[in-house]
Amino acid sequence: MTDTLTQTTAPLPGEPDAPTRAPRTRRRLDGGNGGTNWWLTALIAVCSLTVLIPLYFTVVTALKTPDQLGGTGFELPTSIRWENFADAYQLTNFPRALMNTALITVGAVFLTLLTNSLVAYAIARNMHKRFFKGLYFYFLAAIFVPFPIIMLPVVKETALLGLDTPVGLVLLYTVYGLSFNIFIFVAYINSIPVELEEAARLDGASTWTVFWKVIFPLLSPMNATVGILTCVWAWNDFLLPLVVLSDPSAQTLPLAQFIFQGQFNTNYPVAFASYLMALAPLLVVYVIAQKWVVSGVTRGSVK
Amino acid sequence: MTATMTRAKTPAAAPGTPARVRSNIARTPRTFYWMVVPAVVIFFALHTIPVLSGMFFSLTNYAGYGTWDLVGFSNYINLFQDDRVLNSYGFTFGFAIVSTILVNVIALAIALGLNSKIKFQAAFRGVFFIPYVLAILIIGYVFNYLFANSFPAIFTALGLPGLSGNLLASPDFAWVGIVITTVWQAAAFNVILYLAGLQTISADLYEAAAIDGASGWRRFRSITFPLIGAYFTINMVLSFKSFLQVFDQIVALTAGGPGTSTESIALVIFRGGFQGGEYGYQMANAVVYLFVIIIVSFLQLRILQRREASFS
Repeated sequence: MTDTLTQTTAPLPGEPDAPTRAPRTRRRLDGGNGGTNWWLTALIAVCSLTVLIPLYFTVVTALKTPDQLGGTGFELPTSIRWENFADAYQLTNFPRALMNTALITVGAVFLTLLTNSLVAYAIARNMHKRFFKGLYFYFLAAIFVPFPIIMLPVVKETALLGLDTPVGLVLLYTVYGLSFNIFIFVAYINSIPVELEEAARLDGASTWTVFWKVIFPLLSPMNATVGILTCVWAWNDFLLPLVVLSDPSAQTLPLAQFIFQGQFNTNYPVAFASYLMALAPLLVVYVIAQKWVVSGVTRGSVK
Repeated sequence: MTATMTRAKTPAAAPGTPARVRSNIARTPRTFYWMVVPAVVIFFALHTIPVLSGMFFSLTNYAGYGTWDLVGFSNYINLFQDDRVLNSYGFTFGFAIVSTILVNVIALAIALGLNSKIKFQAAFRGVFFIPYVLAILIIGYVFNYLFANSFPAIFTALGLPGLSGNLLASPDFAWVGIVITTVWQAAAFNVILYLAGLQTISADLYEAAAIDGASGWRRFRSITFPLIGAYFTINMVLSFKSFLQVFDQIVALTAGGPGTSTESIALVIFRGGFQGGEYGYQMANAVVYLFVIIIVSFLQLRILQRREASFS
């Protein structure tokens, strides 16, 4: 994947200076092979505006004063009101919600990577045994179970077990992600030659050691994929925190937006500042780690 | 757990004889069982038990609190006479079908564009993937404002007063607003998956087709589409299944309104079960919903995979 990325992007910086002019004419003779399609570039650029315009709109609205809101709303702010962010920060108790979301997300990602890969390893290496094969299909079947059927009973259960907390959410994300993660981990582990483990085992390593020292490091591309998917899911999820968390001080970022919706009244700039602050952390991470995120997600689909 | 770890390690400490190797292999399964059993127990407790208890309570008149009695299948019979429930199935399926088709067609088109010889390829790829990391609830609030204020103002300025109302306030067209918001957010993920599929196709195939004088559409029909058939199947099934569970964006955009015209199945179960004292009744709804999703997913897999095979 990364290879393809670099391969396809490599010819791009070829700005037409003197030595490259000759290949350029040849390209045209080859039937456009290697030439830039400018019409398509323009079309894609226009399409990308549909993604960028709502984001631009969110940013400019968050910077305005309420009396600048008339018109289409796409106008640039005439004067910038930074206090919108301070107001939103206090109103939604932003630091607390951010902390809760961050802890839940980090917890879910770590627990998922450590446990789901282990379960997948045990299943993948014993697929010939009826018990493990049965387990594999048991977990896979859960992919087809929609959340609403679990929703009402699991709320009773988490309340009963004292799991109506961020810790409970971490556990729920780990468990509910298991089905899909096992599916992709097992496919990946099957491609790792067993000979590697047998060598380690002949040296006297136990199954646990083999997993942590040999298999887990080899899983790192898949760990990146599963980590990204879990991170985005846990960070943005709304329904599970809404129904499971009982303590208002445990609110996550999306939940805080929902609960404070009434308190923003018609002060849309403060509301939009709050939205922007809730969206920003993951967006910043994405911009920094963009290439890595894209290839990580893609790998999950190339089995 | 620690006990097993030490037990599993013991044979390793024994002197190197053939017996050691054999005992190690013989003992391996036990460690493997220890790796899965805790996960199975927790999964059973937090996933399977809720499903089973939900199925049981669907046969009761439980309100979510207090006492309850077994009422047999009367909840199921009532479901099919409940306009609000039937309406939510109609809305949810209509929404999911339209959104699935739009998301997949748009995502495939964008992926094809991104995979061809364009400038700034990496940058555009980065832009199209942005919505994937944004919470659909918050996107819903932003689009809510756009539909309520900005779009009407733009259409009025363009001299189209017929379109100057709030789309989300119209009982007949509010679903269009939900589809637009959903497609905006969901296309991102599908673009990446299709792009991954397209990059597995060798450029030689296209060169051969170009020599044979195949047109762009013909190349897409005869090479590209059959070769990414598996991706198409997976994307169709997964997006349809996730759109059938639509919840967040409806909360943010219409809250099920106007009236109950955009109430999804998940929203009806949520409201009836948590706020309406209809625990048992909504569990019956959820059980029907479960079987509907299973049947639809399998039908989709059968039909799409048959098509996939006939192409190749």
